[in-house]
Amino acid sequence: MEKRVVLKNCGVIDPKDIDSYLAADGFKALQKALKLPPAQVIEEIKASGLRGRGGAGFPCGLKWELCAKAAGDEKYVICNADEGEVGTFKDRYILENDPFSLIDGIAIAGYAIGAKQTYIYLRAEYHFLLSLLENALAQAKKKGFLAHLDIEIREGAGAYVCGEESALMESIEGKRGEVRYRPPFPPTSGLWSQPTIINNVETLTNIPRIMLNGAQWFTEMGTEKSKGTKVFSVSGDVARPGVYELVLGSPLRELVEGLAKAERVKAVQIGGATGRIIPYTMIDAPLSFESVLGAGAVTVFGENRDIVAIVAKTMEFLAEESCGKCAPCREGTEVMAEALERFLGGEGSDSDIKALEELAQTMMLSSLCGLGQAAPIPLVDSLEHFRGDYEHHMRRS
Amino acid sequence: MNKTSPTGERGELLKRLQAAQAKSACLSRETIAELAESLGLSIGEVYGVASFYSFLSTRPQGRNVIRICKSLPCLLKYAEVIIESLHKELGIGPGETTADGRFSFELTNCIGACDKAPAMMINNDVHGDLTPKKIAKILKAYE
Repeated sequence: MEKRVVLKNCGVIDPKDIDSYLAADGFKALQKALKLPPAQVIEEIKASGLRGRGGAGFPCGLKWELCAKAAGDEKYVICNADEGEVGTFKDRYILENDPFSLIDGIAIAGYAIGAKQTYIYLRAEYHFLLSLLENALAQAKKKGFLAHLDIEIREGAGAYVCGEESALMESIEGKRGEVRYRPPFPPTSGLWSQPTIINNVETLTNIPRIMLNGAQWFTEMGTEKSKGTKVFSVSGDVARPGVYELVLGSPLRELVEGLAKAERVKAVQIGGATGRIIPYTMIDAPLSFESVLGAGAVTVFGENRDIVAIVAKTMEFLAEESCGKCAPCREGTEVMAEALERFLGGEGSDSDIKALEELAQTMMLSSLCGLGQAAPIPLVDSLEHFRGDYEHHMRRS
Repeated sequence: MNKTSPTGERGELLKRLQAAQAKSACLSRETIAELAESLGLSIGEVYGVASFYSFLSTRPQGRNVIRICKSLPCLLKYAEVIIESLHKELGIGPGETTADGRFSFELTNCIGACDKAPAMMINNDVHGDLTPKKIAKILKAYE
């Protein structure tokens, strides 16, 4: 069953009119937060157990606390609206239908860590949402809700890797979107080397809900380590693709078969291009940080799909979008894409599989960022669960 | 790592490139050289940024840029049929521009419209639930 917490205003309010948001308790969370000391706001978010919704699942309150306590001339909040993960469109849905809740969340985050300047990094492909967002910001400003900070929209220019937080900051600084070496991590040294928090659209949209209803309310939803709800983007071989919100820990089956109405499923990929591939036999797996989640992209493959062809396409994508800074990812994704093409041409072999498995380990251990570290995951999963599909493509000797 | 002031001009490079691209649809050698000069950067650095992003182009483009999504969710909805019908309609393949300069045709990665797959962008507009029949009608709106 759907539980609309993050999406509670979507389809209910008019995203062009702040009054309709105010009528739905809009900005009450911000007003409540502004009456508290910033440290207490952070405590509330920490107590809620909210974890980042962009894929990594880092505890949000802890990130804020690290940033608040770090020394710096300026502090920054960045909202990551560079939703580039393959199969993900839930942030687009939130921005389209409820830009005000996001602004509410950014304004609270800025107050909590002491940032005067904040950014929304919007992917180039979502340029069509720019005027809607600008209008929402102008209305919030006019009503006096943004007196303590400025929110500036920065547009991306087409690069998947810029959804990775360090590449995103490079891009805001006007550079090539190449990832940075870490440490230092953004809460101590981020944008222009100042303490910075980067939160996903969905994470920040959770903030006003938590501030208004309290951490206790939030912790009553979900599992031990995954509190609250998650917004999923479902696509592929389903009758009803779309955006669905479920309490964390709900079974995958409920989302795929119950809500999206998929039939005769072979496998599901969760988390986009670098996500886990789950065979149908595991369809009752819970959706949570403890098992599988990512940013909530759920791509469904019907029973006639060739898993090798799917993994090959995914690897081709990753090879194209690798920023090229570190060798394991830059070269590894290319080699994997080539090898998978060989399988599709009926020229794969056992020794190819061995080499792929070895390369996968190297990439996971030595790549600089999440892209390269996670790039082999679909390959490894598919070799475990769908070895037959690979054998079907092997050279007949 | 050298610290640049947030108000400093170096941080404006991407914004300036985007503005130049919006004006003339192509970042010419002259534009890049002028930007480098005015921001006190090397031409190489400016070119490096210009060539990194897929929405910036250092080659001349048509008046309208078509980007068809070729990522997995669109492929599962037979994006290749749409690519083929666009190829027939325009007489050009991916990476090419029509002789009259009306359209450039590119393939792109996920545009976040998987619930409307197969999908494409023309300039900044998203068109979803595409069928070969819809293509000709959609193209008519772009001069």
